[in-house]
Amino acid sequence: MNNTTKTAEQTQALVRKSLARRYRAERRFRLYGIAAVAAGIGFVIFLFGTIFAQGASVFRQSYVQLTIVYDPETIDPAGTRVPEELVAADDQALVRAALRERFPNVEGRSNLRELYGIVSSAASIELQRRVVADPSIIGQRETLWLLADDTVDMLLKEKVWRSAPEDERRLSDQQIGFIDALRADGTLKLRFNAAFLSNGDSRDPEQAGVRGALIGSALTLLITLLLSFPIGVGAAIYLEEFAPRNRITDVIEININNLAAVPSIVFGLLGLATFIGFFGMPRSAPLVGGFVLTLLTLPTIIIASRAALKAVPPSIREAALGMGASRLQMVGHHVLPLAIPGMLTGAIIGMARALGESAPLLMIGMVAFIVDVPSGITDPATALPVQVFLWSDLPERAFVERTSGVIIVLLLFLIVMNATAVILRNKFEKRW
Amino acid sequence: MNETAKTPPVAPSSKTIGTVTVPEPVFSCRDVDVFYGDKHAIKKVNIDIGRSQVLAMIGPSGCGKSTFLRCLNRMNDTIVGARVEGMIQLDGHDIHDKRQDVVQLRARVGMVFQKPNPFPKSIYENVAYGPRIHGLAADRAELDEIVNTSLRRAGLWEEVKDRLNNPGTSLSGGQQQRLCIARTIAVNPEVILMDEPCSALDPIATARIEDLIDELRESYAICIVTHSMQQAARVSQRTAYFHLGDLVEVGETDKIFTNPQAKLTEDYITGRFG
Amino acid sequence: MSSSLLFVLLVALSVLAFQLGKARAIAVVGGLRGVRDLHSLPGHYGLLTAIWCGLPALVVFALWISLQDVVITQLVLADLPANAMAQSAQALMLNDLRNVVAGNVPAEMVAESTRVAAAEYLKLQRIAQLALTVVTFAVGIAGLLVVRARIRPDLRARNAYERVIEWALFACSAVAVLTTIGIVLSIVFEATRFFNIVPITEFVFGTNWSPQMAIRADQVGSSGAFGAVPLFAGTLLISFIAMIVAVPIGLFSAIYLAEYAPLEVRKVVKPLLEVLAGVPTVVYGFFAVTTVGPALRVAGEAFRLPVAGESALAAGLVMGIMIIPFVSSLSDDMITAVPQSLRDGAYALGATRSETIRQVVLRAALPGIVGGVLLAISRAIGETMIVVMAAGLAANLTANPLEAVTTVTVQIVTLLVGDQEFDSPKTLAAFALGLVLFLVTLLLNVIALYVVRKYREQYD
Repeated sequence: MNNTTKTAEQTQALVRKSLARRYRAERRFRLYGIAAVAAGIGFVIFLFGTIFAQGASVFRQSYVQLTIVYDPETIDPAGTRVPEELVAADDQALVRAALRERFPNVEGRSNLRELYGIVSSAASIELQRRVVADPSIIGQRETLWLLADDTVDMLLKEKVWRSAPEDERRLSDQQIGFIDALRADGTLKLRFNAAFLSNGDSRDPEQAGVRGALIGSALTLLITLLLSFPIGVGAAIYLEEFAPRNRITDVIEININNLAAVPSIVFGLLGLATFIGFFGMPRSAPLVGGFVLTLLTLPTIIIASRAALKAVPPSIREAALGMGASRLQMVGHHVLPLAIPGMLTGAIIGMARALGESAPLLMIGMVAFIVDVPSGITDPATALPVQVFLWSDLPERAFVERTSGVIIVLLLFLIVMNATAVILRNKFEKRW
Repeated sequence: MNETAKTPPVAPSSKTIGTVTVPEPVFSCRDVDVFYGDKHAIKKVNIDIGRSQVLAMIGPSGCGKSTFLRCLNRMNDTIVGARVEGMIQLDGHDIHDKRQDVVQLRARVGMVFQKPNPFPKSIYENVAYGPRIHGLAADRAELDEIVNTSLRRAGLWEEVKDRLNNPGTSLSGGQQQRLCIARTIAVNPEVILMDEPCSALDPIATARIEDLIDELRESYAICIVTHSMQQAARVSQRTAYFHLGDLVEVGETDKIFTNPQAKLTEDYITGRFG
Repeated sequence: MSSSLLFVLLVALSVLAFQLGKARAIAVVGGLRGVRDLHSLPGHYGLLTAIWCGLPALVVFALWISLQDVVITQLVLADLPANAMAQSAQALMLNDLRNVVAGNVPAEMVAESTRVAAAEYLKLQRIAQLALTVVTFAVGIAGLLVVRARIRPDLRARNAYERVIEWALFACSAVAVLTTIGIVLSIVFEATRFFNIVPITEFVFGTNWSPQMAIRADQVGSSGAFGAVPLFAGTLLISFIAMIVAVPIGLFSAIYLAEYAPLEVRKVVKPLLEVLAGVPTVVYGFFAVTTVGPALRVAGEAFRLPVAGESALAAGLVMGIMIIPFVSSLSDDMITAVPQSLRDGAYALGATRSETIRQVVLRAALPGIVGGVLLAISRAIGETMIVVMAAGLAANLTANPLEAVTTVTVQIVTLLVGDQEFDSPKTLAAFALGLVLFLVTLLLNVIALYVVRKYREQYD
């Protein structure tokens, strides 16, 4: 039996016989592919879906409307009106008085404590701020929207259920009664939460905001961009346009490719040992964070910039050299202007990566609990992704929402950056 | 398949000079059009391909001869945006018929490409691949036999019999191309399409392939696209001249080269353009 | 004078040097009409002068700024009366000193000796700052004068200037090498100190990891145990789970997108999958903790399986999701790099699409895909945030994915985050772990990049 002795008919019969099985395999294989793609997209949707479902509500916050009496006896019994006295005043008492006025029937210490628990401790800080800003309001009445406690907020946002047994809730039945009463006359409701973007960190979820982390990230990225873009472009120009092909440049090249794949935490170790340990730079500072992230993003930017330079056709270089331009003039006048959009794209992508990076920042101490918004590059600061890490560790239910909120802010920035990169690339791609 | 295929009538609008029909053709193509997106690459081509003979397709670059060749085993299916119209019959059955399975079609109509493209497998596996996927061999011994015969018929056996397990890519260009031919005949096709099979080879390797084509002609219908008129003259019995998507002239190879009827054909053959 | 003001003044001096150099060049050839006699454009002479004025001064400035603190601290320490005091006490005092100097802590709140030292520090700092101003300006003006004096028509100013720029560009690319050297030196240095305290064999082969150091020296069990095997095992377990998720999904989506999907689908789906790569890892960590972890525990209860709150499975699954786009885009590159002629060859033999893909395309792309998977493994091993948030701290030596394990990166973070003395075995252990991490990922990367490069060359 030999295939040359087989007739065409015999061969075709064999082929036909195999077809059904082979097409079944074909369909199965194709199905695996579709399933894999569907799984991937499913993960994207699920990930973003859960984050947004948990975090979108952060932009609204529960406020209680109370009529505050700025009682001179409480605020400034001596009547001096000097700021030191006003700051030292017990503004908490004003809030409590207003609550008692609203619920005159509540009596007994424990019941009152439950009533006071409705309003955030931040409310008194707000009152203090108002009094210090304008001492003339002392003695007057004012109706204000004050921050409610995070437990109240969670109930209003239906993140905790009132149907749960009382001992599993952080709100008692009586407190829920207060809440319902306030809601019924419209003095407790969800309002736009500007504080989330303008406050620094806090241990109270209802007061905690992302401003500190936002500024910290901005300062860190500024340092990173200022250092990594010029150095990265310079390195790319050298390697692509000037470097002779020899052992040294080979080593540099292999080195850059490997550096791009070194785990980011190792860069953190480097930063800790050299910048902080050896050079004695301050811990937790955006300056050091910027240095570390520069080293981290440099390979990305170099690789992207080299690709941009490679994409410039050699004919342009030859034309410039043919005119008697020096190599540097050729690069500066002709090649670089054409390659800059590609380099910027690479830089933006590098910056986006740096913005999302947290492990190296943990190493250099940018994880401290910092209430103050940093005002300079050597102030202690944290960054957006690190804020995610910090808040995700906290037990309060309300911090889950806050954490998702930071993630949404972070993702928005990343989306904007990446979209810019894509637009830039599409706009300037191959204009010669 | 055994029934004598009738030659379908050629549309009277056909402007092709010469005899497009042959008795008992393997392929009958009528009014074939090919479009790549907006580009009309092949225009109303009518031609028959006969058994046990070599049809050479010649013409200047971009004239559509390769495109037409790829219609015959529906390789154009893999190109996005390519569209084939008209009728192409293999043994009297339209190859674009829904009942025609493209896998089976390609098992009947093999193809050898311009650049040798052995798979990244051993020499043995390269040849055994087709019989394996089509289930042509019942056991290992039969598969060995098929590989052996195919390599012999492709004239490669003596050169590779001691190193069947070496990768196919380790062979020289000419050997690789003969390996590709062996790979094709291992499936026992009825027609072999060759798309400039020698253009990447040196003259000695080319001569071996041409000899091989001549031997294979006894068992298979062969359709070869070539850039070289000498090659067409050496290996083919019929020649078709394509120009800008039109099939200008078809005829006996001797006649085409000695006494072309069409002006365009004559200009091409006498080297006025190419 | 503050450092930033000094910097601005130095830049201004360079601008002045440019003008002076340019004017000088025009002057030596007797006015603007003579500039054709100059070898280079007048501006080039200006640039050359500016560079030699500004560059050395800025280099001195940068070196000085970065080393000033180290030098002054050493000087202050050397002056301390109780030079023999213990390392830890010295570190503590240094900390106080820094706080006083930075103004974080009022001087009254620290010990007398520290206060004296702080005053000494501030005095030295003032002197150093003054000296810096004098030295940088001297260097800058000297450079200016020397170059200006040498300006003659035949001075090849452009070539000289361009040579400097070329060196500067070279220095830029050397930063990458310096980074690697810095990583190796700093990590190796600290790790060596660790291995002086803990034998390397105990570290590599020991199976007991509990780095808690005693607070008091006489406390029981103060030595800590540094056997890193459970960490390696935990890292491998989580990475393994991640690869089980990422490789099939990544590879099959790459196959589908490269070989089956219509162009329009590919255009939409590919970037959508790559979104997963752009999501910060800390987000995955949060996702693992708040969503996947609890979901697994609920699912485990349904099957009466005890799932730990911080199971290896949760961390591994989420890490796998993170790595999907990594595998898929690398595989996609490799698959599309396979020449069409190979596919044509298989189709022409009558192979179906999946036969072509499985037996020809994947076979051809295999080295490249293996390289990509190696890179992905290296990525999984080095990934930090997901495991820090979702994996445990306890060093269990187990292969059960439902239990909590810890990893190398988790331990590095736990050992180093928070206030630590810099010299304890505990912090040094983090560097030893960092060394292992660096070496292993480096090895994987080198192999992977080599394989991928060879593969690409084959089809270029």
